[in-house]
Amino acid sequence: MTATPPSGAKSMRTPLGRVRNHGSAHSGTTDFWRQRLTSVAMILLIVPMVVVMMILLGRNQAGAAQILGSPPIAIIMLLFVVASIWHMKIGMQVIIEDYVHDGKLKLASIMANNFFSVTLALTAAYAIFKLSSGV
Amino acid sequence: MVKFALPRKSKVTEGKNWPKPESASETREFKVYRWNPDDDENPRVDTFHVDLNECGPRVLDGLIWIKDHIDPTLTFRRSCREGVCGSCAMNINGQNTLACTKSLHDISGDAVKVNPLPHQPVVKDLVPDLTNFYAQYASIEPWLKTTTSTPQKEWRQSREDREKLDGLYECILCACCSTACPSYWWNSDRFLGPAALLQAARWVTDSRDEAAGERLDYLEDPFRLYRCHTILNCTKACPKSLNPAEAIATLKLKLVERQV
Repeated sequence: MTATPPSGAKSMRTPLGRVRNHGSAHSGTTDFWRQRLTSVAMILLIVPMVVVMMILLGRNQAGAAQILGSPPIAIIMLLFVVASIWHMKIGMQVIIEDYVHDGKLKLASIMANNFFSVTLALTAAYAIFKLSSGV
Repeated sequence: MVKFALPRKSKVTEGKNWPKPESASETREFKVYRWNPDDDENPRVDTFHVDLNECGPRVLDGLIWIKDHIDPTLTFRRSCREGVCGSCAMNINGQNTLACTKSLHDISGDAVKVNPLPHQPVVKDLVPDLTNFYAQYASIEPWLKTTTSTPQKEWRQSREDREKLDGLYECILCACCSTACPSYWWNSDRFLGPAALLQAARWVTDSRDEAAGERLDYLEDPFRLYRCHTILNCTKACPKSLNPAEAIATLKLKLVERQV
Protein backbone atom coordinates (compact mmCIF):
# COMPACT_ATOMS: atom_id res chain seq x y z
CA MET A 1 0.00 0.00 0.00
CA THR A 2 1.11 3.51 -0.71
CA ALA A 3 -0.27 6.45 1.20
CA THR A 4 -0.84 8.79 -1.71
CA PRO A 5 -3.85 10.68 -3.00
CA PRO A 6 -6.28 8.64 -5.14
CA SER A 7 -5.10 7.96 -8.65
CA GLY A 8 -6.43 10.45 -11.13
CA ALA A 9 -5.88 13.34 -8.75
CA LYS A 10 -2.84 14.40 -10.77
CA SER A 11 -4.22 13.68 -14.25
CA MET A 12 -7.34 14.94 -15.98
CA ARG A 13 -7.38 11.92 -18.30
CA THR A 14 -10.17 9.43 -17.57
CA PRO A 15 -9.15 6.10 -15.97
CA LEU A 16 -10.50 4.18 -18.98
CA GLY A 17 -8.54 6.43 -21.35
CA ARG A 18 -5.38 5.71 -19.36
CA VAL A 19 -5.99 1.94 -19.43
CA ARG A 20 -6.75 1.83 -23.16
CA ASN A 21 -3.83 4.16 -23.89
CA HIS A 22 -2.46 3.46 -27.39
CA GLY A 23 -4.29 0.16 -27.80
CA SER A 24 -3.01 -3.36 -28.14
CA ALA A 25 0.44 -4.11 -29.59
CA HIS A 26 -1.07 -7.25 -31.23
CA SER A 27 2.10 -9.11 -30.35
CA GLY A 28 3.52 -11.24 -27.57
CA THR A 29 2.06 -14.56 -28.67
CA THR A 30 5.01 -15.28 -30.98
CA ASP A 31 7.53 -14.75 -28.16
CA PHE A 32 5.33 -16.75 -25.76
CA TRP A 33 5.17 -19.65 -28.24
CA ARG A 34 8.89 -19.49 -29.08
CA GLN A 35 9.81 -19.56 -25.41
CA ARG A 36 7.86 -22.83 -25.02
CA LEU A 37 9.25 -24.18 -28.30
CA THR A 38 12.85 -23.55 -27.25
CA SER A 39 12.14 -25.05 -23.79
CA VAL A 40 10.97 -28.31 -25.37
CA ALA A 41 13.90 -28.22 -27.81
CA MET A 42 16.35 -27.87 -24.92
CA ILE A 43 14.73 -30.78 -23.03
CA LEU A 44 15.30 -32.94 -26.11
CA LEU A 45 18.81 -31.64 -26.76
CA ILE A 46 20.21 -31.56 -23.24
CA VAL A 47 21.09 -35.30 -23.03
CA PRO A 48 22.91 -35.49 -26.42
CA MET A 49 24.58 -32.18 -25.57
CA VAL A 50 25.88 -33.51 -22.22
CA VAL A 51 27.10 -36.68 -23.94
CA VAL A 52 29.03 -34.60 -26.52
CA MET A 53 30.51 -32.46 -23.73
CA MET A 54 31.62 -35.62 -21.87
CA ILE A 55 33.28 -36.97 -25.01
CA LEU A 56 35.06 -33.63 -25.55
CA LEU A 57 36.41 -33.49 -21.99
CA GLY A 58 40.19 -33.70 -21.77
CA ARG A 59 40.79 -33.70 -25.54
CA ASN A 60 43.07 -31.24 -27.30
CA GLN A 61 41.96 -29.03 -30.19
CA ALA A 62 42.75 -31.64 -32.83
CA GLY A 63 40.69 -34.24 -30.93
CA ALA A 64 37.80 -31.80 -30.49
CA ALA A 65 37.96 -30.87 -34.19
CA GLN A 66 37.82 -34.55 -35.11
CA ILE A 67 34.69 -35.14 -32.99
CA LEU A 68 32.99 -31.95 -34.15
CA GLY A 69 33.81 -32.95 -37.71
CA SER A 70 30.97 -35.41 -37.43
CA PRO A 71 27.92 -33.65 -38.97
CA PRO A 72 25.32 -35.02 -36.45
CA ILE A 73 27.41 -33.81 -33.50
CA ALA A 74 28.01 -30.38 -35.03
CA ILE A 75 24.29 -30.07 -35.78
CA ILE A 76 23.36 -31.02 -32.19
CA MET A 77 25.74 -28.34 -30.93
CA LEU A 78 24.32 -25.74 -33.31
CA LEU A 79 20.71 -26.60 -32.45
CA PHE A 80 21.49 -26.29 -28.75
CA VAL A 81 23.18 -22.92 -29.24
CA VAL A 82 20.23 -21.57 -31.24
CA ALA A 83 17.59 -22.91 -28.81
CA SER A 84 19.34 -21.84 -25.61
CA ILE A 85 20.37 -18.36 -26.76
CA TRP A 86 16.96 -17.65 -28.26
CA HIS A 87 15.38 -18.76 -24.97
CA MET A 88 17.83 -16.60 -23.01
CA LYS A 89 17.10 -13.56 -25.17
CA ILE A 90 13.33 -13.81 -24.72
CA GLY A 91 13.67 -14.50 -20.98
CA MET A 92 15.95 -11.50 -20.47
CA GLN A 93 13.57 -9.28 -22.43
CA VAL A 94 10.71 -10.35 -20.13
CA ILE A 95 12.82 -9.44 -17.08
CA ILE A 96 13.67 -6.03 -18.56
CA GLU A 97 10.03 -5.33 -19.39
CA ASP A 98 9.02 -6.36 -15.87
CA TYR A 99 11.47 -4.27 -13.91
CA VAL A 100 12.87 -1.43 -16.04
CA HIS A 101 10.27 1.31 -16.22
CA ASP A 102 12.31 4.24 -17.51
CA GLY A 103 11.49 4.46 -21.25
CA LYS A 104 14.98 5.29 -22.54
CA LEU A 105 16.76 2.85 -20.24
CA LYS A 106 14.28 0.13 -21.27
CA LEU A 107 14.93 0.69 -25.00
CA ALA A 108 18.70 0.71 -24.42
CA SER A 109 18.50 -2.48 -22.32
CA ILE A 110 16.41 -4.29 -24.93
CA MET A 111 18.86 -3.20 -27.64
CA ALA A 112 21.84 -4.39 -25.57
CA ASN A 113 20.08 -7.70 -24.93
CA ASN A 114 19.55 -8.22 -28.68
CA PHE A 115 23.12 -7.24 -29.56
CA PHE A 116 24.57 -9.48 -26.85
CA SER A 117 22.41 -12.49 -27.81
CA VAL A 118 23.13 -12.22 -31.54
CA THR A 119 26.87 -11.75 -30.92
CA LEU A 120 26.97 -14.72 -28.54
CA ALA A 121 25.01 -16.95 -30.93
CA LEU A 122 27.15 -16.06 -33.96
CA THR A 123 30.38 -16.45 -31.98
CA ALA A 124 29.36 -19.91 -30.76
CA ALA A 125 28.18 -20.94 -34.24
CA TYR A 126 31.42 -19.66 -35.81
CA ALA A 127 33.49 -21.65 -33.28
CA ILE A 128 31.54 -24.82 -34.04
CA PHE A 129 31.87 -24.30 -37.81
CA LYS A 130 35.57 -23.59 -37.50
CA LEU A 131 36.25 -26.68 -35.40
CA SER A 132 34.02 -28.98 -37.40
CA SER A 133 35.48 -27.89 -40.74
CA GLY A 134 38.97 -28.48 -39.31
CA VAL A 135 40.30 -25.08 -40.40
CA MET B 1 13.47 1.02 -12.18
CA VAL B 2 10.86 -0.75 -10.18
CA LYS B 3 10.71 0.44 -6.56
CA PHE B 4 11.42 -2.21 -3.96
CA ALA B 5 11.05 0.13 -0.97
CA LEU B 6 8.14 2.32 0.05
CA PRO B 7 8.39 6.07 -0.66
CA ARG B 8 9.57 8.14 2.34
CA LYS B 9 6.08 9.42 3.18
CA SER B 10 4.63 5.91 2.98
CA LYS B 11 7.01 4.26 5.48
CA VAL B 12 4.90 2.72 8.21
CA THR B 13 5.61 3.83 11.77
CA GLU B 14 4.47 2.48 15.13
CA GLY B 15 1.11 3.93 16.07
CA LYS B 16 -1.06 4.34 19.11
CA ASN B 17 -1.49 1.51 21.60
CA TRP B 18 -5.13 1.76 22.65
CA PRO B 19 -5.78 0.53 26.22
CA LYS B 20 -7.43 -2.83 26.82
CA PRO B 21 -11.13 -2.60 27.69
CA GLU B 22 -11.25 -2.98 31.49
CA SER B 23 -14.30 -5.20 31.68
CA ALA B 24 -13.16 -7.67 28.98
CA SER B 25 -12.24 -11.18 30.12
CA GLU B 26 -11.07 -12.47 26.73
CA THR B 27 -9.42 -10.16 24.18
CA ARG B 28 -7.62 -10.44 20.83
CA GLU B 29 -4.96 -8.01 19.69
CA PHE B 30 -5.55 -6.24 16.37
CA LYS B 31 -2.72 -4.36 14.65
CA VAL B 32 -4.36 -2.10 12.09
CA TYR B 33 -2.82 0.10 9.37
CA ARG B 34 -3.89 3.72 9.73
CA TRP B 35 -3.37 6.64 7.37
CA ASN B 36 -5.21 9.91 7.19
CA PRO B 37 -4.92 12.09 4.06
CA ASP B 38 -5.87 15.17 6.08
CA ASP B 39 -2.73 15.31 8.20
CA ASP B 40 0.86 15.22 7.01
CA GLU B 41 1.81 12.14 9.03
CA ASN B 42 3.27 8.87 7.79
CA PRO B 43 1.09 5.75 7.96
CA ARG B 44 1.14 4.00 11.34
CA VAL B 45 0.01 0.71 12.85
CA ASP B 46 -2.37 1.08 15.80
CA THR B 47 -2.84 -1.68 18.36
CA PHE B 48 -6.36 -2.44 19.59
CA HIS B 49 -7.68 -5.07 21.99
CA VAL B 50 -11.04 -6.48 20.92
CA ASP B 51 -13.44 -7.95 23.49
CA LEU B 52 -14.15 -11.39 22.01
CA ASN B 53 -17.22 -11.88 24.20
CA GLU B 54 -18.86 -8.86 22.64
CA CYS B 55 -18.05 -9.35 18.95
CA GLY B 56 -18.66 -11.97 16.29
CA PRO B 57 -16.16 -14.58 15.09
CA ARG B 58 -14.85 -12.89 11.93
CA VAL B 59 -12.15 -10.28 11.37
CA LEU B 60 -14.77 -7.83 10.06
CA ASP B 61 -16.72 -8.24 13.33
CA GLY B 62 -13.56 -7.21 15.20
CA LEU B 63 -13.06 -4.13 12.99
CA ILE B 64 -16.71 -3.10 13.43
CA TRP B 65 -16.34 -3.59 17.22
CA ILE B 66 -13.25 -1.31 17.19
CA LYS B 67 -15.15 1.33 15.21
CA ASP B 68 -18.16 1.11 17.54
CA HIS B 69 -16.32 0.96 20.88
CA ILE B 70 -12.81 2.41 20.53
CA ASP B 71 -12.12 4.61 17.50
CA PRO B 72 -15.01 5.74 15.27
CA THR B 73 -12.55 7.26 12.80
CA LEU B 74 -11.27 3.82 11.71
CA THR B 75 -12.19 3.63 8.01
CA PHE B 76 -12.87 0.51 5.96
CA ARG B 77 -15.33 -0.68 3.32
CA ARG B 78 -17.94 -3.31 4.15
CA SER B 79 -21.43 -4.14 3.00
CA CYS B 80 -22.89 -7.64 2.74
CA ARG B 81 -20.90 -9.35 5.52
CA GLU B 82 -21.25 -12.73 3.78
CA GLY B 83 -18.58 -12.84 1.06
CA VAL B 84 -20.80 -11.73 -1.80
CA CYS B 85 -20.05 -8.05 -2.37
CA GLY B 86 -16.24 -8.04 -2.15
CA SER B 87 -16.13 -4.68 -0.36
CA CYS B 88 -14.11 -5.74 2.70
CA ALA B 89 -11.12 -7.19 0.81
CA MET B 90 -7.95 -6.45 2.77
CA ASN B 91 -4.62 -7.99 3.68
CA ILE B 92 -4.97 -10.04 6.86
CA ASN B 93 -1.79 -11.52 8.33
CA GLY B 94 -0.07 -11.33 4.97
CA GLN B 95 -2.86 -12.83 2.87
CA ASN B 96 -5.36 -10.89 0.77
CA THR B 97 -8.84 -12.06 1.68
CA LEU B 98 -12.33 -10.92 2.72
CA ALA B 99 -12.53 -9.73 6.34
CA CYS B 100 -16.16 -10.89 6.52
CA THR B 101 -15.37 -14.54 5.80
CA LYS B 102 -11.98 -14.78 7.55
CA SER B 103 -12.45 -16.41 10.94
CA LEU B 104 -10.42 -15.13 13.88
CA HIS B 105 -9.89 -18.76 14.92
CA ASP B 106 -8.08 -19.48 11.65
CA ILE B 107 -5.44 -16.82 12.31
CA SER B 108 -2.40 -18.22 14.06
CA GLY B 109 -0.30 -16.07 16.39
CA ASP B 110 -1.42 -13.53 18.92
CA ALA B 111 -2.08 -10.48 16.77
CA VAL B 112 -4.47 -10.04 13.88
CA LYS B 113 -2.54 -7.84 11.44
CA VAL B 114 -4.79 -5.88 9.10
CA ASN B 115 -3.49 -3.84 6.17
CA PRO B 116 -5.11 -2.43 3.04
CA LEU B 117 -4.77 -4.38 -0.23
CA PRO B 118 -1.10 -4.13 -1.29
CA HIS B 119 0.33 -1.80 -3.91
CA GLN B 120 -2.71 0.38 -4.38
CA PRO B 121 -2.94 4.04 -3.43
CA VAL B 122 -4.65 4.39 -0.05
CA VAL B 123 -7.66 6.68 0.29
CA LYS B 124 -7.76 6.34 4.09
CA ASP B 125 -6.85 3.60 6.59
CA LEU B 126 -7.98 0.29 5.03
CA VAL B 127 -9.63 1.79 1.95
CA PRO B 128 -7.62 1.36 -1.28
CA ASP B 129 -8.23 3.42 -4.39
CA LEU B 130 -9.40 0.87 -6.99
CA THR B 131 -10.09 3.36 -9.80
CA ASN B 132 -7.50 1.76 -12.11
CA PHE B 133 -8.73 -1.76 -11.25
CA TYR B 134 -12.34 -0.88 -12.18
CA ALA B 135 -11.21 0.89 -15.37
CA GLN B 136 -9.30 -2.24 -16.38
CA TYR B 137 -12.47 -4.28 -15.82
CA ALA B 138 -14.47 -1.81 -17.94
CA SER B 139 -11.81 -1.98 -20.67
CA ILE B 140 -12.48 -5.66 -21.37
CA GLU B 141 -16.13 -4.71 -22.13
CA PRO B 142 -17.81 -7.21 -19.82
CA TRP B 143 -21.08 -7.59 -21.63
CA LEU B 144 -22.52 -9.81 -24.38
CA LYS B 145 -21.45 -8.52 -27.81
CA THR B 146 -23.31 -9.76 -30.88
CA THR B 147 -23.78 -8.77 -34.49
CA THR B 148 -26.66 -11.15 -35.22
CA SER B 149 -29.97 -9.43 -34.54
CA THR B 150 -31.36 -10.10 -31.08
CA PRO B 151 -33.66 -13.14 -31.04
CA GLN B 152 -37.30 -12.60 -30.08
CA LYS B 153 -37.04 -14.72 -26.97
CA GLU B 154 -33.47 -15.21 -25.73
CA TRP B 155 -29.89 -16.08 -26.71
CA ARG B 156 -29.79 -19.86 -26.43
CA GLN B 157 -26.93 -21.83 -24.91
CA SER B 158 -26.48 -25.56 -24.45
CA ARG B 159 -26.08 -26.96 -20.96
CA GLU B 160 -22.49 -28.02 -21.82
CA ASP B 161 -21.57 -24.51 -23.01
CA ARG B 162 -23.13 -22.97 -19.91
CA GLU B 163 -21.03 -25.29 -17.73
CA LYS B 164 -17.87 -23.88 -19.32
CA LEU B 165 -18.61 -20.59 -17.52
CA ASP B 166 -18.53 -22.24 -14.09
CA GLY B 167 -15.51 -21.01 -12.18
CA LEU B 168 -15.46 -17.81 -14.25
CA TYR B 169 -18.74 -16.00 -13.65
CA GLU B 170 -18.61 -16.17 -9.82
CA CYS B 171 -15.93 -13.47 -9.47
CA ILE B 172 -17.03 -10.68 -7.10
CA LEU B 173 -14.30 -8.20 -8.18
CA CYS B 174 -12.87 -7.89 -4.67
CA ALA B 175 -9.36 -7.32 -6.14
CA CYS B 176 -7.69 -9.83 -3.77
CA CYS B 177 -6.10 -11.62 -6.76
CA SER B 178 -4.85 -8.65 -8.74
CA THR B 179 -3.32 -6.94 -5.71
CA ALA B 180 -1.60 -10.22 -4.70
CA CYS B 181 0.14 -10.48 -8.08
CA PRO B 182 3.78 -9.27 -8.26
CA SER B 183 3.42 -8.61 -11.98
CA TYR B 184 0.46 -6.35 -11.16
CA TRP B 185 2.51 -4.62 -8.45
CA TRP B 186 5.27 -3.70 -10.92
CA ASN B 187 3.12 -2.97 -13.99
CA SER B 188 -0.47 -2.27 -12.91
CA ASP B 189 -0.65 0.64 -15.34
CA ARG B 190 -0.31 -1.72 -18.32
CA PHE B 191 -0.95 -5.30 -17.11
CA LEU B 192 -4.70 -5.90 -16.78
CA GLY B 193 -4.27 -8.20 -13.77
CA PRO B 194 -5.89 -11.56 -12.96
CA ALA B 195 -9.37 -10.24 -12.12
CA ALA B 196 -9.90 -8.40 -15.42
CA LEU B 197 -8.31 -11.29 -17.35
CA LEU B 198 -10.54 -13.86 -15.61
CA GLN B 199 -13.54 -11.80 -16.74
CA ALA B 200 -12.08 -11.48 -20.25
CA ALA B 201 -11.82 -15.29 -20.32
CA ARG B 202 -15.43 -15.50 -19.13
CA TRP B 203 -16.64 -13.54 -22.20
CA VAL B 204 -14.24 -15.21 -24.65
CA THR B 205 -15.57 -18.58 -23.42
CA ASP B 206 -19.25 -17.61 -23.60
CA SER B 207 -20.78 -19.47 -26.60
CA ARG B 208 -23.38 -16.70 -27.09
CA ASP B 209 -20.76 -13.98 -27.58
CA GLU B 210 -19.76 -13.16 -31.17
CA ALA B 211 -16.73 -10.99 -30.41
CA ALA B 212 -14.20 -13.53 -29.12
CA GLY B 213 -11.66 -12.63 -31.82
CA GLU B 214 -12.04 -8.92 -31.14
CA ARG B 215 -11.61 -9.57 -27.41
CA LEU B 216 -8.46 -11.63 -28.04
CA ASP B 217 -7.12 -8.84 -30.28
CA TYR B 218 -7.52 -6.41 -27.38
CA LEU B 219 -5.64 -8.73 -25.01
CA GLU B 220 -2.79 -9.70 -27.36
CA ASP B 221 -0.16 -7.45 -25.94
CA PRO B 222 3.16 -8.04 -24.12
CA PHE B 223 1.84 -6.08 -21.14
CA ARG B 224 -1.96 -6.47 -21.02
CA LEU B 225 -1.82 -10.29 -20.95
CA TYR B 226 1.76 -11.55 -21.19
CA ARG B 227 2.97 -9.94 -17.96
CA CYS B 228 1.32 -12.98 -16.31
CA HIS B 229 4.16 -15.37 -15.45
CA THR B 230 1.91 -17.98 -13.79
CA ILE B 231 3.08 -17.05 -10.29
CA LEU B 232 -0.28 -18.35 -8.97
CA ASN B 233 -0.63 -15.84 -6.10
CA CYS B 234 -4.01 -14.96 -7.66
CA THR B 235 -5.34 -18.49 -7.30
CA LYS B 236 -4.00 -18.75 -3.75
CA ALA B 237 -5.59 -15.46 -2.73
CA CYS B 238 -9.06 -15.84 -4.30
CA PRO B 239 -11.59 -15.95 -1.43
CA LYS B 240 -14.15 -17.53 -3.79
CA SER B 241 -11.76 -20.40 -4.63
CA LEU B 242 -11.64 -19.47 -8.32
CA ASN B 243 -8.59 -20.07 -10.53
CA PRO B 244 -7.65 -16.90 -12.44
CA ALA B 245 -4.26 -18.41 -13.41
CA GLU B 246 -6.00 -21.23 -15.28
CA ALA B 247 -8.34 -18.76 -16.99
CA ILE B 248 -5.34 -16.70 -18.14
CA ALA B 249 -3.67 -19.89 -19.43
CA THR B 250 -6.78 -20.63 -21.54
CA LEU B 251 -6.54 -17.15 -23.06
CA LYS B 252 -2.87 -17.72 -23.97
CA LEU B 253 -3.75 -21.12 -25.42
CA LYS B 254 -6.51 -19.60 -27.58
CA LEU B 255 -4.08 -16.98 -28.87
CA VAL B 256 -1.51 -19.65 -29.75
CA GLU B 257 -4.17 -21.87 -31.35
CA ARG B 258 -5.35 -19.14 -33.71
CA GLN B 259 -1.77 -18.49 -34.78
CA VAL B 260 -0.17 -21.94 -35.04
